[in-house]
Amino acid sequence: MNITLRIWRQQNGSDAGAMVTYRIEDVAPEMSFLEMLDVLNEQLTLSGDDPVAFDSDCREGICGTCSLVIDGIAHGPEALTAVCQLHMRHFDDGAVIDVEPWRADPFPIVKDLIVDRSALDRIIQAGGYITAPTGTAPDAHATLVPKDAADRAFDAAVCIGCGACIAACPNGSAMLFTGAKATHLGSLPQGQPERNSRALAMINQHDAEGFGGCTEIGECTAVCPVGIPLNMISQLNSDVLSALAPGRTRRPQTG
Amino acid sequence: MTPWYTEGEPLRDATTPAVPIEDRWDARRFETKLVNPANRRRLSVIIVGTGLAGASAAATLGEGGYHVKSFCYQDSPRRAHSIAAQGGINAAKNYRNDGDSVRRLFYDTIKGGDFRSRESNVYRLAQVSTAIIDQCVAQGVPFAREYGGLLDNRSFGGVQVSRTFYARGQTGEQLLLGAYQAQERQVAAGTVEVFTRHEMLDLIVIDGKARGIIVRDMVTGEVETHLADAVVLASGGYGNAFYLSTNAMGCNATAIWRAHRHGALFANPCFTQIHPTCIPVSGDYQSKLTLMSESLRNDGRIWVPSEGGDDRDPREIPDTDRDYFLERLYPAYGNLVTRDVASRAVKNVCDAGYGVGPGSRGVYLDLADAINRLGQAAIKEKYGNLFDMYQRITGEDPYQVPMRIYPAVHYTMGGLWVDYDLQSTVPGLFVIGEANFSDHGANRLGASALMQGLADGYFVLPNTIANYLATNPMPADIDASHPVAVRTADAVQARIQKLLTIKGQRTVDSFHKELGNILWEKCGMERTAEGLTEAIGQVRKLKEEFWNNVKVTGENEELNQTLERAGRVADFFELAELMCIDALHRAESCGGHFRTESQTEDGEALRNDDEFAYVAAWSFTGGGEQPVLRKEHLEFDFVEMTQRSYK
Ligand SMILES: Cc1cc2nc3c(=O)[nH]c(=O)nc-3n(C[C@H](O)[C@H](O)[C@H](O)COP(=O)(O)OP(=O)(O)OC[C@H]3O[C@@H](n4cnc5c(N)ncnc54)[C@H](O)[C@@H]3O)c2cc1C
Repeated sequence: MNITLRIWRQQNGSDAGAMVTYRIEDVAPEMSFLEMLDVLNEQLTLSGDDPVAFDSDCREGICGTCSLVIDGIAHGPEALTAVCQLHMRHFDDGAVIDVEPWRADPFPIVKDLIVDRSALDRIIQAGGYITAPTGTAPDAHATLVPKDAADRAFDAAVCIGCGACIAACPNGSAMLFTGAKATHLGSLPQGQPERNSRALAMINQHDAEGFGGCTEIGECTAVCPVGIPLNMISQLNSDVLSALAPGRTRRPQTG
Repeated sequence: MTPWYTEGEPLRDATTPAVPIEDRWDARRFETKLVNPANRRRLSVIIVGTGLAGASAAATLGEGGYHVKSFCYQDSPRRAHSIAAQGGINAAKNYRNDGDSVRRLFYDTIKGGDFRSRESNVYRLAQVSTAIIDQCVAQGVPFAREYGGLLDNRSFGGVQVSRTFYARGQTGEQLLLGAYQAQERQVAAGTVEVFTRHEMLDLIVIDGKARGIIVRDMVTGEVETHLADAVVLASGGYGNAFYLSTNAMGCNATAIWRAHRHGALFANPCFTQIHPTCIPVSGDYQSKLTLMSESLRNDGRIWVPSEGGDDRDPREIPDTDRDYFLERLYPAYGNLVTRDVASRAVKNVCDAGYGVGPGSRGVYLDLADAINRLGQAAIKEKYGNLFDMYQRITGEDPYQVPMRIYPAVHYTMGGLWVDYDLQSTVPGLFVIGEANFSDHGANRLGASALMQGLADGYFVLPNTIANYLATNPMPADIDASHPVAVRTADAVQARIQKLLTIKGQRTVDSFHKELGNILWEKCGMERTAEGLTEAIGQVRKLKEEFWNNVKVTGENEELNQTLERAGRVADFFELAELMCIDALHRAESCGGHFRTESQTEDGEALRNDDEFAYVAAWSFTGGGEQPVLRKEHLEFDFVEMTQRSYK
């Protein structure tokens, strides 16, 4: 296959950046999209040009590092697929493909296709955990966890933290990411004591980072490589409301 | 004396207490000096790595009140390679009431490692395994459960009990998120500082003690000096020396190799694990290999057509024309034999011309029987994400057609030598997780790496490092202007400049691929004296070409991924040579190290306990000089050394 790529090139955070066109020949349909970029980078290097900077690590769709917008879609055209698992067999010979970074104000561009997603770590720092210091745990069977609760927690916990939901959202909202963490921990008995305060602390940080609000458009869940459903945002909202409700005995802790 | 190395003084682990094995960990903790809580704030620990080992250690030391500086090369600590582990984590809970116990897990691990690991460490690992599961459940790790609300278990290769806890096919992800969240909680509490996109490029050793590291800020290129009272390496394994492996793209040996150059002995570098069930290579652009979890072998049957070159659709090949070769060769364990045994069997049938798929480098892993027996829904529940992944990569539907698999480099049992305290031969330098050599001998059992990483990080290191910190705080007059720190930083700068100014004709990846190919062919599943000797020559030649002809574009003062890779590959060359020397000197077969010259009549690995029941710990003597071999003799007081048999 022969492919034309139009790739966002930007030297660093203060550079203006622009789309640059590259042609690449003899692309094998079995190649992954990132392997095709590897081949392009080998060619650029040999001709003395600066290779295209892009993030990837596990290349198995689980570490959440890769982050490309392909033809306007975060992670590209295949549903439930991180871009590292997208293969060229899904493109036509002669295709012209646009490749851009995640775009959202809280994700400043570092170089070319690489952005800074540390805002997501700060949301977790604010409350995305269960307080369980090492060595304090009771026997794992001390508390039974109904299978449906465990499954619901798991379905939320599979979020890979890639940020595609934010890149896809017209409001630049990170509510799906935050809702997934609230649902993961809030579905388990171990997560109940901090359930509401956790949700409130995370949402406060979410807003402080400059992520937008949710208007239930659903673009986030459409691009999510692990299929986090929209209803996890409802759980987040309901936990936040509970935290804010007057007369609660458990005082929400923020900050 | 061979031309490749010289032999030095034997090595001894002086930190294991001389009491019965069950009591050693208790005894060691009791001997350990404690640090007064008020003093911990003033003591700092650098931890390189945020995988299971590093994140769990950072969280625990942070909770303990120490000041922790944590480093990783990814953009977030949550992306460490532990995230990719699929199948599960072992623990001697005996929740199945199937005869499991600490003793049995200990025994299985020693035997699985083919009697090349240290009894004390392995026993402790089995002892603390149960607390890991408790800890993870308390943190909210969503392990698989049964309808009654209890935790589910499954069995994993090489053992006959069900002691593996799992979270669908994403166990590593869930365990890592638990540790990451605990670490982030400490970030908020102000005890842990995290430096993402920072790569450790050297170790600072002052007056014989590890006192800090030199890192490169991967965004700005700035070379920074970080000092601390002690340094912990939790930087993972070195499987990427082979270029193609199941490891993440960035996995590297730089942190441990640089420490090795400063005096930390490197133990058993040739003990690498080749995993039997990976998706076969599809072309020379291949950048990594993808594991299909070993748990599939619980329900899957491995076979090839009985007739070589039979290219019928596998579904049309009747049972009578299939060779279920693992079941035939190993009736007692069948498809569940250990990884080293399974991998070699797969290689052998392919070498003999029975392989399937492109280049005939593949065998079928078939779940059709299980799908018929349990239904597609049940299989989907257990392995859904693996099946999806297979389909995405190959374009084939494994619910319809059997998967094709082939072995790939997966894990490295070798690593920096540590004592019972997990301290290397450089005082103040501790090594945890896959980066050390400690628990798996010559072969690791499935689901035991996650156990070891978390055992080290949550439960072992936080105790043992206190002993060191209590008596070895950093002298007050040491700061970043100390001549050793300055010299080390200058050397790092000089190396970067050297790489940038060669401006040769070949790319970094082309060198890495060629190096990987040498290792895979000659230091892979089967090794011979002749092949290894050749490999050493080839690696040396290639290394020399690298330093004269590599092309690294761009500058240091920017995000420069080519420069990052060049530094890692440069270290892989030196490590690769040591791997081959180690493999050459160990003229026996054991675990994943199969020397053609040392096999039984029916082609199984033949150990030579009289000559090789030791850990080979290598000392670096300077670029181009021969390494020095130091032997730690292994004594087996509690497990009888037997020839492994899975028949
Ligand atoms: C695909 C796959 C599946 C697996 N499945 C299982 C399983 O089911 N069960 C099991 O028990 N084991 C499994 N393993 C093995 C297991 O995942 C690893 O051995 C284990 O996770 C290693 O953890 P770690 O903490 O030692 O290192 P890692 O998780 O590899 O972390 C290394 C850390 O070090 C950092 N680092 C490395 N070098 C540098 C440097 N120079 N400077 C700064 N930071 C650096 C990285 O950023 C990272 O944070 C699997 C492995 C693979 C590859």
